[in-house]
Parts: sequence; structure tokens; C-alpha cells
Amino acid sequence: MEHIRTTKVEQVKLLDRFSTSNKSLTGTLYLTATHLLFIDSHQKETWILHHHIALVEKLALTTSGCQCIRSDPVIQCKNFRTVHFIVPRERDCHDIYNSLLQLSKQAKYEDLYAFSYNPKQNDSERLRGWQLVALAEEYKRMGVPNSNWQLSDANRDYKICETYPRELYVPRIASKPIIVGSSKFRSKGRFPVLSYYHQNKEAAICRCSQPLSGFSARCLEDEHLLQAISKANPANRYMYVMDTRPRHRMQSWWATQKDIGRIIVRISSKIWNDEKIRESDGKKRLNAMANRAAGKGYENEDNYSNIRFQFVGIENIHVMRSSLQKLLEVNGTKGLSVSDFYSGLENAGWLRHIKAVMDAAIFLAKAIMVENASVLVHCSDGWDRTSQVCSLGSLLLDPYYRTIRGFMVLIEKDWISFGHKYSERCGHLDGDPKEVSPVFTQFLECVWHLTEQFPQGFEFNEAFLLQIHEHIHSCQFGNFIGNCQKEREELKLKEKTYSLWPFLLDDQEKYFNPLYSSTSQKLAALEPNTVSFNFKFWRNMYHQFDGTLHPRQSVFNIIMNMNEQNKQLQKDVKDLESQIKQHKNKQTDGVLTKELLNSVRPESPALKTSLCLKEQTLLPVNDALRTIEGSNPADNRYSEYADEFSKAEPAVVSSEYGVARMTC
Amino acid sequence: MEFSELIRTGQAQAELLRGPEMPPLRGTLCVTGHHLLLSPGPQATPDLWLLLLRSVDSIEKRVAGDAGTITLRCKDLRVLQLDIEGVEATLDIARSIEALSSLESVITSFPFFYRPKGLRLGEAWHFHPPERYYKRIARETWSSPLPVPQTRAWRLSEANEDFSLCPSYPRAVIVPRAVDDDALARSARFRQGGRFPVLSYYHAPRGTVLLRSSQPLTGRQKLRCAEDEELLRAVLAEARPGARGFIVDTRSAQAAKQARMTGGGTEAKAAYPGWKRLHRPLERGRPLQESFVRLMEACGDPEQSMDRWLSRLDGCRWLSHVKEALSTACLAAQGMEWEGACILVHGAEGTDSTLLVTSLAQLILDPLSRTMAGFQELIEREWIQHEAPIFLLFLDCVWQLGRQFPLSLEFGEGMLLALFDHSYASPFGTFLCNSEKERCLCEVRTRTHSLWSGLNQPKEQRKLRNPLYVPNPLAIWPSVEPQSLRLWQGLFLRWTHPPEPSEVAWEKVWQIATDQKTEGSQPTDSASEPQP
Repeated sequence: MEHIRTTKVEQVKLLDRFSTSNKSLTGTLYLTATHLLFIDSHQKETWILHHHIALVEKLALTTSGCQCIRSDPVIQCKNFRTVHFIVPRERDCHDIYNSLLQLSKQAKYEDLYAFSYNPKQNDSERLRGWQLVALAEEYKRMGVPNSNWQLSDANRDYKICETYPRELYVPRIASKPIIVGSSKFRSKGRFPVLSYYHQNKEAAICRCSQPLSGFSARCLEDEHLLQAISKANPANRYMYVMDTRPRHRMQSWWATQKDIGRIIVRISSKIWNDEKIRESDGKKRLNAMANRAAGKGYENEDNYSNIRFQFVGIENIHVMRSSLQKLLEVNGTKGLSVSDFYSGLENAGWLRHIKAVMDAAIFLAKAIMVENASVLVHCSDGWDRTSQVCSLGSLLLDPYYRTIRGFMVLIEKDWISFGHKYSERCGHLDGDPKEVSPVFTQFLECVWHLTEQFPQGFEFNEAFLLQIHEHIHSCQFGNFIGNCQKEREELKLKEKTYSLWPFLLDDQEKYFNPLYSSTSQKLAALEPNTVSFNFKFWRNMYHQFDGTLHPRQSVFNIIMNMNEQNKQLQKDVKDLESQIKQHKNKQTDGVLTKELLNSVRPESPALKTSLCLKEQTLLPVNDALRTIEGSNPADNRYSEYADEFSKAEPAVVSSEYGVARMTC
Repeated sequence: MEFSELIRTGQAQAELLRGPEMPPLRGTLCVTGHHLLLSPGPQATPDLWLLLLRSVDSIEKRVAGDAGTITLRCKDLRVLQLDIEGVEATLDIARSIEALSSLESVITSFPFFYRPKGLRLGEAWHFHPPERYYKRIARETWSSPLPVPQTRAWRLSEANEDFSLCPSYPRAVIVPRAVDDDALARSARFRQGGRFPVLSYYHAPRGTVLLRSSQPLTGRQKLRCAEDEELLRAVLAEARPGARGFIVDTRSAQAAKQARMTGGGTEAKAAYPGWKRLHRPLERGRPLQESFVRLMEACGDPEQSMDRWLSRLDGCRWLSHVKEALSTACLAAQGMEWEGACILVHGAEGTDSTLLVTSLAQLILDPLSRTMAGFQELIEREWIQHEAPIFLLFLDCVWQLGRQFPLSLEFGEGMLLALFDHSYASPFGTFLCNSEKERCLCEVRTRTHSLWSGLNQPKEQRKLRNPLYVPNPLAIWPSVEPQSLRLWQGLFLRWTHPPEPSEVAWEKVWQIATDQKTEGSQPTDSASEPQP
């Protein structure tokens, strides 16, 4: 609270970033410990969580010819909302700017909103909330432990790997020394473990990090563990090792390999920077393995004869961060031409990256569905790209993960428990900006693309994905705080904060997809088509809060409401029928029954809701502006000539048209 | 003329390749006067495949050994490949298709022979004459809350009864009451192709009008025409004392100026007091055609990388045309709705981009034009050229409106696709000929069936209607930002990209929606079903 110097400023203007008429709302700005609140003259409230603020900027304003830098804050949020306030007094302006600068960056976990958020639940309710998603049950559902896979207690005290969960599933024939040996050979100790088990195919998705450099050329225990994974699949003799990193970074290196007869060479550290060395050394190992697999290696080819190596090119977190940055620069431009938009979309490369992640997941799913092969996935550390590929692959294979509850489980399993570094990737605390990257956002976007391609394949809708995205940054719930399970335990999140999932489940009718078909056999395993045509700009994610950019309405919500209304009416009919029956039993006078019908009908609560349902077709995002069709030309940039209309007859044009609203 | 003279070989054994998702179809290929058919023979399913020869755009033939291949590019964007046994047969069939698909004569076209069961000739042709629209205006002006002088401002003129004023106008047009037929004739002489300013849409809520015409023939000498000036003056005078008008010229200021060298030009400011000119250049003709061709090339390659696809989508500029068309229409609509001004739209001939703007502006403002019947009427009233990318651009813009306002159009994507298909090759007569005059000469109305009678059959409705439609009395202002515009995949990727598994989903939407309509409190008032 010490950062807040001004708590309330009146006569503040909120500008619409896409409106050409410089339309603004005037209202009062409040600064609370957790939120920025703007209440406009229509009493509409805009709440912005401090944690959502990614960037506060001062804007250079041009007023009557002279340019001056004022501290009118332009706020960019992590949920892609951009707001621009104009504060009348420069002093207030300065205070608010500085306060926001402080409030949006927290130095320690304990200052995050989740530690003060109190939804008025008692301890047992809170605990039940945390128990809602139990991973032990999830592994049971998959069918492990079984004769080939067992629960290992090797990491019970986080001794082998700090960033893995305590409970890990490994092949039954892999002994503890093997596990320990392999973990020493893998970056951050992240040795190969089970991520998903496909019961029908008896094939597994496993995950790990890259092999370490600096060791002797091979690690017997690691080879052993891979063998064990392969043998744990009785249906297929070979398995895949998928490296999710792009090959082109290694191409020159590969070329030298071929030239000198595929013999490993040491590369001088002067040529390679640190990061590349790590990667190239990892690749060196793999190449060595590949050579053995191809029978051309120099030693022990029998050990690896049943492994196939596959590279899929997903770029690293830094490339992804700058790609999103470019995307936001493009779509944040006012008065963008179609050509600028598409060339910007191309230059940003964002959709290309989304496609790469999707292609990798499809490869994974096909290996299991078509070839019955187990797959081991890794990238560098095995918590970004590996999480994307494993979770998307499982989602394609298993319809359970496409339900509301199953999707929560999937995120808990492949992202939270396996140590996707949410706090660093989302920048929860004031830390290294180079660690921030939209890896999880990409995952959600891939899922969105799948929901577009399979309108009946998912129990949840777009709003569900948007809501989850909102909360990975909000720090309102404990789920996404911290970078791994160990850290979360140390923070005592389960005692001090609440879990997001029960709150989403309470609201689940908002997130249902009315077209969902749970029984369709065709949708058991999804086979998406990744031709370039299928990838579109996700307007509702990146312009969720820009009401003037249509479409603003979700067709799904309309259908959902119709569906609800149908159900309600059916119920109503039943109620009325039973009432009639009762009355008929009481008195056989038919006239009275008729009267009763007439008197009951207008008072039926269902009919009342049906009449005002149109008002409620709001997208369930808390404060997004959604109105029934009808819109305002002043919102939209049709042409510079719109100004000419007004020039000719200035008296006619008023600056505020207000948003048209359909009454029912 | 006998078709048989053009058919060199009636039959051949052939195999039709139907794209990546479908198995090839084998059977006997037959060329008839209007169709190409492939009959798989008695053993197979009754899977008869049929193509209207008029829809063939280009044909390529290739022979190798004792077999040949014919590739047909169709106007509905399909590409078909036929493998035919026998070199002679291949060449003969190719020649027959070439000859028959390029027949110019209207009265030998298929609609003059098409006699489907359940439809009667002459049906539905009377749905949409200007007289009907005039009645609506008369009704609206009488019940208008606006001051009295308005109420009798417009009349139905039959000055063009014999098409002597303008061959591309219908017999009856709606003009200001104050202007007599002689003045109309003079104004017609002053406008290219005789397209003098006529009423296109009366915007009752504001008492303003949308007019369209062709360019005035001012030429190098800056000629003037008193009657033409009087006509536009009368428009403003009758709308409201002191009303303003805007002339939306769909050419750039420079192009409009250049047109003077070839006898055209623009309205001089001094000659038309109260009217102000705005230039909104819209592409048409060749550049638009090229844009369309390049888009289709881009859509024909499923293998291309993301970057290549985005750069081609950008390079073809099709969505820029969509954006420009929509924003110009919005500008016109905004002028009427918010400024209370009258709007005259014209380019050069006033037969392509002009119609694009006037028809889109109506969809934005007029709730009735968004009903099934109203939309059909709009197309009948406004559109002359159907077989051109400009009509496709119009359909695309309507699709964008439908996507941005999913409840407000009574018709769905299926309707737009059907219109696209029928505009190029159709068993119905509605889109035949390029003007009312030609249609009369060919007796289209009495000798062919109307497309609308075909489409309005109950069995077609589920395909064509929007199950989510709720009448919306408001204007629908679309967003024209590029983020809001999307490629119309349902059309452009219809044949190259296997359809997404959305048909079942659509069926489910229908179920939910119809459930609601039968059980819901009030059935929607359907002003849409034209009563014969």
C-alpha cells in the first residue's frame, strides 16, 4: 500500500484504442491494493488487476502544435487488454503512473494477490478444492501402475530432480540405480518418465530433458532406461525419441558430420556461444545414437537398434517471445490496412510457430495410433516445448482431456506437476525478462485451433480457454504460482491460497460447448489437418477487450442459451403437466383446469427467463463489453470522409452516439 | 440448330478423379446438349455424376498411349480430371465439350429446356418487380412520422416502357415526383448508357434516399444538362428543406477527371448546389479479376508453408477489396442514417461497383433486406451482372456481415454459395442475360423457371437459412478492421481443402434452433416466405 499515493482521481478519460472519433469515456479512477478500477459515467466498471499489467508507458501527446511528454498512462495487460487514460492534472497523472509501475511488479511471492484473495470459504472447502484434481487418480484412469509400469519412489524427497513431482511412473524393469544414473546424464536431472499411457495400444508418451554434455560419450544407465521404456511396450519393438528443437540450428554441424564420415568432432568453444554448445553437445549425443541406430556408428549398435530419432522444429522461448511481441505490435496498430496486417502476421511468424507445435503433437499421436510405438519427447530442459507436445499429443489421443474436468487434469499433469515455470514464463515477479515467454498461451491457442476444426470434439468452449489464460497471469489462485511442485510446497500454497478449478467448475455452464458430442467414435482420436489455410488469427484472444472489432458475439453462447432455454421449457411443460394432473385428481371440473392453466402460464419463471435471455447472451468473460447485434458507426473506421460529413455541418454530429442496444 | 451436330462422340469409358478425399468414379461418360454425365453402370450405386456444360470455364486435354486425360476448370472453382479410354474418344469428347460450353445463344441454354417436377412456369417471376418496391415506399412515406411534403415525393415512372431511355433499366423506375418523363429522357441522354439517377433505396427512419446512376457525360467541354441538375435538386428539395446530398464516386478523383477525355466526367460543383462529391476508388474489371485469380491460385496449394500462404493472401489483395467495398457502403449508409443526407452513387457505367455499394448499404440499414425474401428482392432490383467477380465480391461482403452479425441475416452461407453457383451456370433463368431488355426479348420470364421458385421450395430451406436468425430492427455496422475480416473458406477452399467436419455440427445447431422455435414462446414473425 505504501506505493499508492493517490487513491482516487476524478474526470479521467478512458480512450478506445481503435476508435477514430477519439471517443472516450469520462469517469473516476480508483487505485486499490490489488486492482485499478475505472467507473464511467454510465456506472460501467472496468477492473484491471495489477498483476495483469505487463507494461505502463507514458505517452507523447501532441496538443495544439506543441509536443510534450505527459505521464498519461498507457497500460498493456498480459491478457492483451490495452487501456489509455487521460488524467487532467499532471500531478495525479505522475502519481498514478509511478504507483502502477510499482504495483505491477512484485518482488516476492507473498505479495501476490492469491495470498490475500479471500473468496469466503472455510479451510475444508479450500482443501476439497485442491483435492479436486488428483493426479494419482489420473494415472489410475490411464491404467498405471500395471505389469509394465510402476510408481517410483526415487524422487519422493526431490532428491533426484527438484523440478519433477514426487510421484513418477517408470518402467517396472528400471531399477533405482538405473534411474539415478540416467538422471545424472540428463539436464537438471530430468530423466525419462511416463507422461501418458495409452491403454489400448499399451504405448506410452514419456518425457525428459536433453542429454548432458561433458560426460563420456555414453551413459549405460540412460541407454538402459530407454530400453526399458521400449520393452514396456509389448506391441512394438521400436520406439521414437522426439527432439522438439529445430534442426536448422544444427545443420552446419550435421554437415560436417557427414563430411568426415560421421565421426564426432569437438567444436571449439570460440566458435559457439554457450547456449549453442549445450545444444550442439546434446545433438552430438543424439547423432551418435542415431549413428548406432543406423548401424553406422562406432560402438554398441545393438543397444539402440530399436530407437528411431525424429526432429520437429519448435523454436525456443526467446524466438516465441519476440514473435508475440511482433504480433502485438501489428494488431495494436490503429487503422491497419489489410496488407499491413497480413504482412505483419507473416513477419511475426506466430502462426508458423503454432503450426510447428501442432505438427509435432500430430507426429506424436500418429506414432502411437498408427505404429503402436512409444515416444520419448524432449527439448532442452523439458519443461516448455516438451510440455506443449506431450499435452497436445495426449489431447489428440484421449477424449477425456477434451472435457472440462479432463482439461484441468491435463494442465495439472503435463504443465504444473512437471515443472513448467509459470512464474518465470508469465513474469509473476519482477525478474529476468528473458525468462518470460508465451509458451502456455501457444498451447491454449493450439487447443483453440482444434476446437475450430472439431466443433463437436470438445466439451468446453472458447471462453473456458480465455478464462484459464486470464488466470495464469492473475495470480488470484495458487495453481500457477511458482515454478515447480517443490517450490509450491515450500510456499504452502495449498494452505494459503485457493485452487482455480473448483471456481471454474462452479461456473461450468458458461464453458459448455453446446455442440459437444461425447459419443462420436469418429472423434475418439483427433486427426487435425494442418494445412496453412486452417490457421487463423485468434481475434477473441488478442482483441478480447476491443469491443469495436467484431464479431463480438459468440455463436456458441447463443446456441448454448437456446439449448438451456429448451431444457427449461421442457421442464416447465412437465411441471405444468404434473400440476394439471394433481388438480385433475382433486377436482374433475375441466373448466377449472383451464383457468388454472391460464393463470399459471404468465407467472412461469421459465418464461420470464426466456424473455430476458437475450439480455444475458454475454460472453462469460467478466467485464467484456458484449451487446446484442447493433453497433455504432462511430466505433468503426470506415473512412476519412466520415470527418468530412461533420466538417460540412458540425452542429449535427455529436461525439457520443452510445452503443445501440436491442431490446426484447 | 441441333446439338447433335456439335457432339462428335456421345460415349466413352472414363474415370473421374474427385480430389484427395473421394474415391475415383468409373463409368460411361456421355455428352448431351447441356450436360456431361458419368454413369457408373447398373452394378454400382445410383451414383450418377452430372456437370452442366455451361459451368466449364476451360478445358485441357492430354493424350498418352491409347488413353487421354481431360482437365476441366469450372466456373464454380472446381477442377475435375477425367481419364478416358481411347485417344480418338478423348479428342472427340474434348471438342464436343469445347463447342457446347461456349455456345453464345441464350435461348438454347439449359434453362429453356429445364422442366422440373413440382414447379410451374411463370412462378415467382412476379415477386420482385419495381412496382412492388414502389408500393413499399408509398406505404412507408404515408406512415412516416416526418413532415408532410415528403409523403408524395416519389413516383413510379414508366418512361422506360420500351427501353428507349435505358436498355439496362427495368421498364418502371422510381423518380422524384417533380420531374416529368421528358426531363427523365433528357437526363438519360446526359448519362452513360442512359442510366439517369433513380431511387435505389428509401430510408424511412430518416426520410433519406439512396440513388444510383452512371457518370454524367460532361466531356471535355464540361457540358451541363438542366434536367439532370433539376432531378438532383428535386431529390434534395423533397427530402427536407435544406437537405444535403453526397455523390459517392467509386473512382479516384483523378480517374474521374480523366474520364472527361472520353466523354464522361463528374458533376460540377456549381451545377449541383447542395451536393458534395466524395471519391472512394474501388477496383473493378481487370484488377479485380486478377485479384480473384491470384487468390484462387493461392487457395489451390495445400502444401505451401504458412509464410507463403500469408504472403499470397496479402499479395492477391482480395480482402483489401472486401474492406474497401464494405467501408464505402458504410460511408453511404452513415451519410443517410447519421447525417440525414441523400446519397447518389456512381462510377463510370454505374453497373458494377455502384451496385456493390448500393446493395451493401441497404443490407446495413434495412432490416427487410436481411430477410430471405428481402435479399432476393434486393438482388433482383440491384444486380445486372451476376457472372463477374464483382458479384462474388458482393457475396463475400455479405458473408462478412453474416459472420459479424450471426443473428441478423435470415439466410445463411448456403444461400450465398447457391447464388454463386447459379450465377455462373444454372438450370434456372434468373441470372440469364445482362439487362431487362434482353430478358424481355428472350422471353426469359415465360420460358424458364425462376431461381427463386427453385430455392424457395421447402426442401431447400435447411440448407439456405440461418437457424439463428432473429429479426433485428437496427442498422448493422460492420467492423472493417483487417482483424475482423476473414477469408471465406466455405467458398474459396470449397474444392481444394476437404470440408471440415462441421456439417454434423451444423445439423445439431439446426436441431437446437428448431427445437426452440417449436417450443419457444413466440414463433418469429416470418415476413420472408413469399406467398405465390
